[in-house]
Amino acid sequence: MSALLNVDQLMDTLEMGLRDLLKERGIESPVLIGIRTGGVWVADIIGKRLGIEEPFGELDISFYRDDFSRIGLNPKVTPSSLPFDTEGRDIILVDDVIMSGRTIRAAMNELFDYGRPASIILATLIDLGARELPIQPDVAGQSLTLGAQQRVKLRGPDPLRIELQETGQ
Amino acid sequence: MTANAASPNHLQLTRDGQLRHFLTLDGLSRPLLTDILDTADSFIEVGERSIKKVPLLRGRTVVNLFFEASTRTRSTFELAAKRLSADVLNLDINTSATSKGESLSDTLLNLEAMASDMFVVRHAQSGAPHFIAESVTPGVAIINAGDGRHAHPTQAMLDMLTIRQHKGGFEGLKVAIVGDILHSRVARSQIRALNELGAEQIRVIAPGTLLPRDVESLGCTVEYDMAKGMKDVDVVIMLRLQKERMEGALLPSEREFYRLYGLSQEKLALAHPKCIVMHPGPINRGVEIESAVADGPQSVILNQVTNGIAIRMAVMSMAMGGQVAERQQTLTELNERGLA
Repeated sequence: MSALLNVDQLMDTLEMGLRDLLKERGIESPVLIGIRTGGVWVADIIGKRLGIEEPFGELDISFYRDDFSRIGLNPKVTPSSLPFDTEGRDIILVDDVIMSGRTIRAAMNELFDYGRPASIILATLIDLGARELPIQPDVAGQSLTLGAQQRVKLRGPDPLRIELQETGQ
Repeated sequence: MTANAASPNHLQLTRDGQLRHFLTLDGLSRPLLTDILDTADSFIEVGERSIKKVPLLRGRTVVNLFFEASTRTRSTFELAAKRLSADVLNLDINTSATSKGESLSDTLLNLEAMASDMFVVRHAQSGAPHFIAESVTPGVAIINAGDGRHAHPTQAMLDMLTIRQHKGGFEGLKVAIVGDILHSRVARSQIRALNELGAEQIRVIAPGTLLPRDVESLGCTVEYDMAKGMKDVDVVIMLRLQKERMEGALLPSEREFYRLYGLSQEKLALAHPKCIVMHPGPINRGVEIESAVADGPQSVILNQVTNGIAIRMAVMSMAMGGQVAERQQTLTELNERGLA
């Protein structure tokens, strides 16, 4: 299992997938936006690998979560920061892990409050399946199916590593 | 109607220590106050977007219940609620049902029956928001927008946010609060917040007739001479001379007050060169503050107004969050016991 979760290999796959996709779509100057916290770490690395010099944006989706009416406000919210105008831009939205798809829905809702991007590509390091919404990554470093007791957690930022946890129940 | 000052927290906090009403700063810990400031910082960023709105309170109804006149506070609460996507109802109680003889309790129960989720309450009597939260509509989140001489917690917190923005924090800070302390709910809440957040020195500067008897027990020092009190302060907060609350001969004249306690450029020069000037508004130019100071480079008075929206968004979303989380928890417990 640990061989499957080598971060560098996942990054290689993600980088190659993104290069192909950008070329296929003729996108020349994309901007990166990472979803806090893990997605920001991945965006940082992928940005360097793709040679994107424009600083990446950071999104905190706390105000857009769909579970406010069940658990209230996330007490550790920090301001989102997008150091560029998203209007008309091609955006690569980056997260560490996709599962239900709810985080991505929230992130896209938030993004549209900044303006109307030309396009959004979704890139995640790991795709765990178990989707609850019709949202799929365009590029993923690795698809995984976890057992009922297993959890995956990205630790970072330096070094970035993926932990596979067994939750004993 | 008196405030239950002994332990306000069983009322305004959930079992997990989250906010569910916002009535007073008494008993709120430094980490919680810091959470409010941090959350407000995130809302400031929202105010800079092309669409200044987040969906947190979508589908919820917020009622602004103002039993006392207010322009700034009411409009910033209204804007805050709207930026959180809530539906907002503004009620000027003086011109509504109570003047037809309906009791306060009946008015509130009717509003609750309209499925209101939050009341923002301003009232001339100290403790009115407590009373409503405790006895009238316990399922509705109550936000205190100023009650009598007791408290004005959102004003104090927006002042703390403004101070933190300009000074970086509260450590080692010397703060002067000048003017009508006696009638000021704002001053009371400010002193409480500054003490909890760790300011080094809080000086109240006023004539004896405008000081409450036990003012030192709030955690501040008293100075009657403004020249002495202003020395080296990092922050000076001017209070409005509350003409409408002046009963009896507390002051010789406005001119005399301005000469002794008005903030002129000369008096400001005695403070630390980077001292910021604050005022909760509305300002009486030439009564408590000189125009050149109010509009000068050290004034952050308009920042305070902008920060007021962010602080109110923070407090409203946190209190609403506490209410829904608690309701959910109760429901889960009932389910587990097979009762729901």
